Amino acid sequence: MAAIPLPGAEHENYLNKEYGIRSWLLTTDHKRIALLYLLSITFFFFIGGFFALLIRLELLTPAGDLVQADTYNKLFTMHGQVMVFFFLIPAVPAVLGNFLIPIMIGAKDLAFPRINLLSWYIFIIGGCFMLYTILTGGADTGWTFYTPLSTSFLDTHVVAAAVAIFIAGFSSILTGLNFIVTVHRMRAPGMTWSRLPLFVWANYATSIIQVLGTPVLAITLALVALERLFHFGIFDPQKGGDPLLFQHLFWFYSHPAVYIMILPGMGVVSEIVACFSRKRVFGYKFMALAVIAIAVFGFLVWAHHMFVAGISLYAALVFSLLSYLVAVPSAIKVFNWTATMYKGSISYTTPMLYAFGFIGLFTMGGLTGLFLAALGLDVHVTDTYFVIAHFHYIMVGGMVMAYIGGLHFWWPKISGRMYPESWGRLAALTIFIGFNLTFFPQFILGYLGMPRRYWQYSPEYQVLNVLSTAGSTILAVGYVLPMVYFLWSMRYGKVADENPWGAAGLEWMTASPPPTFNFDETPEVTWEAYNYGEAKEVPVER
Amino acid sequence: MSDSATVADHNPALQHHFADMEQQQQAATMGMWVFLITEIMFFGGMFLAYMVYRYMYYAAFVAGSQAMDFWYGTINTIVLICSSLTMALAVRASQVGQRKALVALLIVTMLFGCAFMGIKAIEYTGHWRDHQFPGASFHFEGPDPQHIEIFFSLYWAMTGFHALHMLIGIVVVGFITFYAWRGRYGPDYHNPVENVGLYWHFVDIVWIYLYPLLYLISHKHTG
Repeated sequence: MAAIPLPGAEHENYLNKEYGIRSWLLTTDHKRIALLYLLSITFFFFIGGFFALLIRLELLTPAGDLVQADTYNKLFTMHGQVMVFFFLIPAVPAVLGNFLIPIMIGAKDLAFPRINLLSWYIFIIGGCFMLYTILTGGADTGWTFYTPLSTSFLDTHVVAAAVAIFIAGFSSILTGLNFIVTVHRMRAPGMTWSRLPLFVWANYATSIIQVLGTPVLAITLALVALERLFHFGIFDPQKGGDPLLFQHLFWFYSHPAVYIMILPGMGVVSEIVACFSRKRVFGYKFMALAVIAIAVFGFLVWAHHMFVAGISLYAALVFSLLSYLVAVPSAIKVFNWTATMYKGSISYTTPMLYAFGFIGLFTMGGLTGLFLAALGLDVHVTDTYFVIAHFHYIMVGGMVMAYIGGLHFWWPKISGRMYPESWGRLAALTIFIGFNLTFFPQFILGYLGMPRRYWQYSPEYQVLNVLSTAGSTILAVGYVLPMVYFLWSMRYGKVADENPWGAAGLEWMTASPPPTFNFDETPEVTWEAYNYGEAKEVPVER
Repeated sequence: MSDSATVADHNPALQHHFADMEQQQQAATMGMWVFLITEIMFFGGMFLAYMVYRYMYYAAFVAGSQAMDFWYGTINTIVLICSSLTMALAVRASQVGQRKALVALLIVTMLFGCAFMGIKAIEYTGHWRDHQFPGASFHFEGPDPQHIEIFFSLYWAMTGFHALHMLIGIVVVGFITFYAWRGRYGPDYHNPVENVGLYWHFVDIVWIYLYPLLYLISHKHTG
């Protein structure tokens, strides 16, 4: 098809090569598929966010006045399932990873472009089941599907929700499979393992978890569905089945899934911190090994979700100790980012603000995770708002910060345009303030004993809940802002050149936006990753 | 097919984003192995459940296993082993470019697969008729019927997912039979056949484990 040159973007690129809905829905270009994912997960993000706001509104007052208990159960269930399975898990890998990994390693595409498209369609089919679940009244199992509540006692759309997540899981598996093979087999000449950007390492580690963990969730949910539909007895205590077995199987995936959600974010932050400190990442090898270590240890700690579920004390002790171990590679990451910034020439651009936010909030989330890994303390705060605050610090304060920061960082590459920098900083600040105001009070609420998953609470908790609800409103504004100015910038933004940040990495050595096959000719890599200082300096002021 | 693709780069089966056929073939093979790892994890969940409950309810599992028909299971095992042989021979035929042998062997493999499914269907019908399907109509004479129901839950889930994989395997072999008949595979390009072969062998191996776990654990008691 003849390309009509856009003003300012005279070269042929992946966006203007072809037009029309067919050229998008049948594309095998990893960059276009990344944008398909971007649209889909943004849609689900706002659905999940809508549920979150309803939850916060209900909790504005101690009485259960806005919604009834049953509706509230559905709200937090749908919020969790949509956010975890349809936003957080695909967020960085399927959008930024999809877009960047082939470019970063100097490949023309992922190893299996058609499987990549297939995985998006599978995601959409799963998403349709999720929408069906929501529109027909939702499920109210909590995102965890605990048996026998989910199998024997509820008459909501549990099977539809399980099917939705089962299907979406295969999309995640195929993405992971594609990344693993791509990183192993598609690297450009000279792009050795020790020259890979840490973003690639992080996504590689994530892919390992996706490939090993997701099938276990799939079979677990399949058994839950069989139990509901045909009254199989595998998790049914009435027949001698063991609900703890369900919890073991569920958390065998769902704990590592936390690392699916955080590792790619760490990759994003490594790229941003190195670029805006103008320094090679401190301790590159340790950073690479740390993500692999997190992926491996992540599989050995799942039962710390079950300390009060009746597992044996000795098992709990072992899982508690192993959970502490995860803190070691996590701390390596945080210390090395800090060391990277030390004596660096730091510029406070929007992506860097998000990276700062990530490092601080992830540290908070991680440290409170250690509270929860401690057997005695966990008994006190388990199933309270302390847990809610802890994992939102990791997932929202960590992952969502990194995701939005990454979107800003690579937006010039994705769209060929710059976003408005001052609006970007304003939004980053808004999100940071809104986030802390929403979730910090929840640590205190949890410590004081407010349980999670109740639609009403004792009046003495109201002040902190009002703070939290107020914060969530600010947070919502912060999330809408980037969406508005990203859309605005696609038309009116300043045209970006090849490398607006003066960043290292192959993705900055091709046009913005890149041509369909990423490079005019396959690059040959002769330099180490993050060769800041050696590369020619480009001023980044504004 | 192919006009004697002496230079690998000119092979029409080479996809645009690979540098050469070797890279493409290595990627495809690795992708298949990674996929099989996910399959191991998928079935692994059920094998774990089996292990737990067999440990907890050993007597019920022996009683449940005695309700299995030894001969259906054994014949099906033999059928599947034969199908693995024909599949392996098919892969070799594709490597050496024997088109007719390849098509014939793939068809025989499919027939073995269908035979397995047929025998399984007969067996399932029997279990269904004897109220050995979990749920309200489940009935089993003897002590501990609800634990035997767990055995049967696992039996239906494990063999059911295995049968589903067989079904998918038969369909996929059908596709590559069609392409083999059209002459797509030869010494230069045969990794689809190899990969489907890997899948087929994997599904067989799952059965090789299911057979003793479900059919044979009680054998010494009946013997």
